Amino acid sequence: MDFSLSKEHEMARQLFAEFAEKEVKPLAQEIDENHRFPRETVDKMARYGFLGIPVPKEMGGQGCDVLTYVMCVEEMSKVCGTTGVIVSAHTSLCIDPIMTYGTDAQKEKYLVPLAKGEKLGAFGLTEPGAGTDAQGQQTKAVLDGDEWVLNGSKCFITNGKEADVYVIFAVTGKVEKRGRMMKEISAFIVEKGTPGFTFGTKENKMGICGSSTYELIFTDCRIPKDNLLGQRGKGFNIAMHTLDGGRIGIAAQALGLAEGALETTINYVKERKQFGKSIGQFQNTQFQLADMATKVEAAKLLVYKAALKKQEYQSNPKISYSVEAAMAKLCAAEVAMEVTTKAVQLHGGYGYIKEYDVERMMRDAKITEIYEGTSEVQRMVISANILK
Amino acid sequence: MKVIVCIKQVPDTKGGVKFNPDGTLDRAAMLAIMNPDDKAGLEAALRLKDQYGAEVTVLTMGLPKATDTLREALAMGADKAILITDRRLGGADTWATSSTIAAGIRNLEYDLIITGRQAIDGDTAQVGPQIAEHLGIPVISYTQELKIEGDKVIVKRQFDDRYHILEAKMPCLLTALSELNDPRYMTPGGIFDAVKADITTWSRDDLKDLDDANIGLAGSPTKIAKASDKVRKGAGEKVVPDSPDEAVDYIVSKLKEKHVI
Repeated sequence: MDFSLSKEHEMARQLFAEFAEKEVKPLAQEIDENHRFPRETVDKMARYGFLGIPVPKEMGGQGCDVLTYVMCVEEMSKVCGTTGVIVSAHTSLCIDPIMTYGTDAQKEKYLVPLAKGEKLGAFGLTEPGAGTDAQGQQTKAVLDGDEWVLNGSKCFITNGKEADVYVIFAVTGKVEKRGRMMKEISAFIVEKGTPGFTFGTKENKMGICGSSTYELIFTDCRIPKDNLLGQRGKGFNIAMHTLDGGRIGIAAQALGLAEGALETTINYVKERKQFGKSIGQFQNTQFQLADMATKVEAAKLLVYKAALKKQEYQSNPKISYSVEAAMAKLCAAEVAMEVTTKAVQLHGGYGYIKEYDVERMMRDAKITEIYEGTSEVQRMVISANILK
Repeated sequence: MKVIVCIKQVPDTKGGVKFNPDGTLDRAAMLAIMNPDDKAGLEAALRLKDQYGAEVTVLTMGLPKATDTLREALAMGADKAILITDRRLGGADTWATSSTIAAGIRNLEYDLIITGRQAIDGDTAQVGPQIAEHLGIPVISYTQELKIEGDKVIVKRQFDDRYHILEAKMPCLLTALSELNDPRYMTPGGIFDAVKADITTWSRDDLKDLDDANIGLAGSPTKIAKASDKVRKGAGEKVVPDSPDEAVDYIVSKLKEKHVI
């Protein structure tokens, strides 16, 4: 077992860290305060290939591996949780299912521009009555001639109004499974601008405020028959498989937030003086930092392990990385919440003030315990595997 | 069009300069980066590649670990990389360095050579012009803007109190200022390709028309008596005034106190 990074990964980390420091960090506070989507950063990331990292070169991507993508989300999130989730939702939730389940024509039409960053992607599964319980879906798709007609709505959609291509799930009928009638769910690719596809409420969130989180509304929205993604009725499997990958992206975001808060706090405790010495000289601070650093390191190992497992899956689809992804997300999200909360505490009153980055990091961290499967759902996934 | 960019791996002085007990630079203790003026030169060459399809070759002389800097250049978009490395070439001053690099360039075809104005570890600004002199081609230093017209380059050269607009027929050599442009980042895919790429390595024996009297420490007329870090300034004073007016008043009072005004 070798824990050292390869030359490629060392250079990629250096690239992402430099980009984050120069291009992302200067905007982090402003986009948070103004709830502004950082379009200029997305354009720059597109220029440098950050929006197609794990996609093969012949499909417009960078031809790198899952770990490189994870390090990109991690480094962006160290300075800005919003930027991290933009990359993660685009790559894990939109590119990945099209790359995995798309036809050659769908890949040519949608994957190539998504991987080049010419288009931004989003994913719509959640509905007001169907978050963790995907069977609660209400959005329907009915085949009418050569078109599917979508009706319903999706909520809390990341990259909501800013995306161009959406992977959307809808009920296409009912099927009997183990003697029970279950909803048949299918996946579709929907383009922005399709008549009948509009945007509802913009969510006013606690954190990741620069991220564009919208309700998507479908009213007799007609899309070509060919925009069915994967087989009819396989939507639930596609959604679950996509979320397994998405969880690694969110785990990387959580890891980055924890690392960013730890780094900021280490610098702060060296400078901040109380009772005639820096607060870093007090044993309480030292012990808190030791615990924070240890937990961050543990989270990092789980996140990187999940990334490597997903990479292994790509050459051997028989293996599963579902448990590794759930463990990575569960651990990293809870570490992010704990470390950012302690970071605020170690900053004292200043940590509660918006000029200090840890205030934003703590708000940003909370969502990582909730979206793409709450921590409770991750525990269900892990325990189901242990007890099977 | 073929462009050669000479780049140098230099210690990153942002983290402070470290010395060996004998007064020479402790390069191992400092992070290594691509010299900033050279990086601007590389960006200028890559823009010529974007615009005219130029082939860009990066060349450096240094220790084997300078391949890291060459790979960074490849990951930014350079096509080929050459390392000149040989223990016999160590300890070279600007004369020996330029003699050696010019000999390397004689192995190559080129229309344009771009070097940085100067390296942050030596600050001499001599190597670029000396290479041109060895090769017998025109040189334009301190390039702040650059365009190509036919077989000519037209350069806006920064001077003390003015700019010069100069024209030179290619092949020629330009020295680039970091103000020339904002260098691009590497790309992730570029990194993966660069790490696998072959880097041509030349030793002393691969260099033609080079007199051994002009290489390495022995061939260097410059003798360094002593090197030292610049005198560090104090930590300074942090002031957080409530308004710009208050800030101006404070600065003016300080300047008066020190009899500057």
